[in-house]
Amino acid sequence: MSTQTEPKKPLNEFEAGLDKADKAVASFAQDDKTLTHVLRKFLRDYPTTIPALVLIVSILFFGAFANNFMTPGTLSLVLKQVTVTGIVAVAQTLIILTAGIDLSVGAILVLSSIIMGKLSVDFGLPPFLAISIGLFFGGLMGWFNGILVTVIKLPPFIVTLGTLSIFTALKLWYSASQSIRGSDIRETAPSLLFFGERISFGGFQITYGVVALLVLAGLVYYMLNHTAWGRHVMAIGDDPDAAMLSGIRINRTLVSVYAFAGLICAFGGWAAAGRVGSISPIGFDDVNLQSITAVVIGGTSLFGGRGSVIGSVLGAIIVGVFTTGLSLGGVDDYWQQFAAGCLVLVAVALDQWLRRATK
Amino acid sequence: MTNVQPILSARGLMKRYGQVVAMNGADFDLYPGEITAVIGDNGAGKSTLIKALSGAVVPDHGQIFLEGKEVHFKRPDDARNAGIETVYQNLALSPALSIADNMFLGREWRKPGVMGKVFRKMDHARMQDFARDKLNDLGLMTIQNINQAVETLSGGQRQGVAVARAAAFGSKVIILDEPTAALGVKESRRVLELIQDVRSRGIPIILISHNMPHVFELADRIHVHRLGQRLCVIDPKKHTMSDAVAYMTGAKEPDTELELA
Repeated sequence: MSTQTEPKKPLNEFEAGLDKADKAVASFAQDDKTLTHVLRKFLRDYPTTIPALVLIVSILFFGAFANNFMTPGTLSLVLKQVTVTGIVAVAQTLIILTAGIDLSVGAILVLSSIIMGKLSVDFGLPPFLAISIGLFFGGLMGWFNGILVTVIKLPPFIVTLGTLSIFTALKLWYSASQSIRGSDIRETAPSLLFFGERISFGGFQITYGVVALLVLAGLVYYMLNHTAWGRHVMAIGDDPDAAMLSGIRINRTLVSVYAFAGLICAFGGWAAAGRVGSISPIGFDDVNLQSITAVVIGGTSLFGGRGSVIGSVLGAIIVGVFTTGLSLGGVDDYWQQFAAGCLVLVAVALDQWLRRATK
Repeated sequence: MTNVQPILSARGLMKRYGQVVAMNGADFDLYPGEITAVIGDNGAGKSTLIKALSGAVVPDHGQIFLEGKEVHFKRPDDARNAGIETVYQNLALSPALSIADNMFLGREWRKPGVMGKVFRKMDHARMQDFARDKLNDLGLMTIQNINQAVETLSGGQRQGVAVARAAAFGSKVIILDEPTAALGVKESRRVLELIQDVRSRGIPIILISHNMPHVFELADRIHVHRLGQRLCVIDPKKHTMSDAVAYMTGAKEPDTELELA
């Protein structure tokens, strides 16, 4: 520390040469534009490109090697099969974007659909009211997850592992482990099966469930990219401390995310009733892991803050294409699971590679 | 000096984390149009003091006054809404979001009319223009585009974004925690010019820094923090850097009248 410092000198001596310094600001040299860098930057800027490319390639692949794959009937079937997984994957995307995870999505879905079915079939409530109450309870279950995550401050994995058991027990108790038969539903509340109905054009048979999935994905895309709420969800997953210091109400936003995800799952329960044609308390218990698979294959990072809902829908369709394509190609069931597992590992490895590029 | 009312002041702030006393009856005063530097050794409680003033920490006891009225900041957005902007040492930027998104994080502008009111649509175009203007003002934005992710920027550029955000929105007080710590000589100079620029617009600044030349160049007063308290406030024109360092490390006790300076 200098002793003879004259206070309030305009410039410190070591900075005197600055006037002559290069005034060009940060014009980067172009020497690091190798193909890898360009590719990385492109993929980081447009992360949905990867699942989109994988989807196109896999459709072409199975079109070439599996019999009857490239037909409107098969392609419609793939879409129909991924409806419920896709809807739940949309909910799961929201949670994972906040760097959380939701293992209770499947249980929320089934319990909500049982509520809808029981209220309308057994208690004779008008379907509209029964569905609304089912949706409400879906949101309530999600809200409960959110409260545990934010107020009690438990890790989302543990919270939803616990509520998975709780909601599973509740669904078995409330349904008395009995399915609600399709014929009963058709008689008393046909609108519960609305999403199973089809629109036909040119050999394609698209269910309303598929349309609902696409509309839902569009809505959530809009919310994430064009509303402040979406920015806050991203920011919280990215860096919660920075988000807090930027004045974001973290807890309030997180609770809204979990509640909204619960609501979407309940909606998925309604679509599932239409997809299956009946309501069973033991269906859709693998949708938890399937939705996570779809989200990860769709390029959303499990570490939060980056990803897209469109990618998750594409991820769900990719899994559907592989499953259907492999079975049409005469490959055994367990190799289908094998393929899905490989897709997940490749997707996560790719995410890591992209993240490293930013460090 | 006492005839001017401080714009921001604190009295008797206390904060304990378990056994650790971070603030032990800290006082603070910031006068209109001035730059007050806060210096102190590591662990003296500078950061906690600053966080209390910016709403990131709620003190256990004590009062904070903004323009003479007592305020209670429970969250950072309370302080922000009151017109106090802070650039934290870790910058508080969200790496995956764009420059423009970061500048408007927590205070997004919505589109006018139905799209904004009912559909809550953000006005990306207007926010980007504003962000670009503010960065251009600082000469920081001859670089690439406003929509690139903050994580692709260099440390100095990130600092620039954080300072620009505070300068753009701070209407009453701007707090800068180590604004030049991560910067090279040239970038530091630009940030110092920016700070003087902000002061010349009449907005008072709290500057936390370990860089004595910068502190002595900019500050109108220097608040020396020691052991969770205000030790004294010195005038940089009447004291040398070695005096300041001696006070803050405890090598020298200040004269009693200094405490009223």
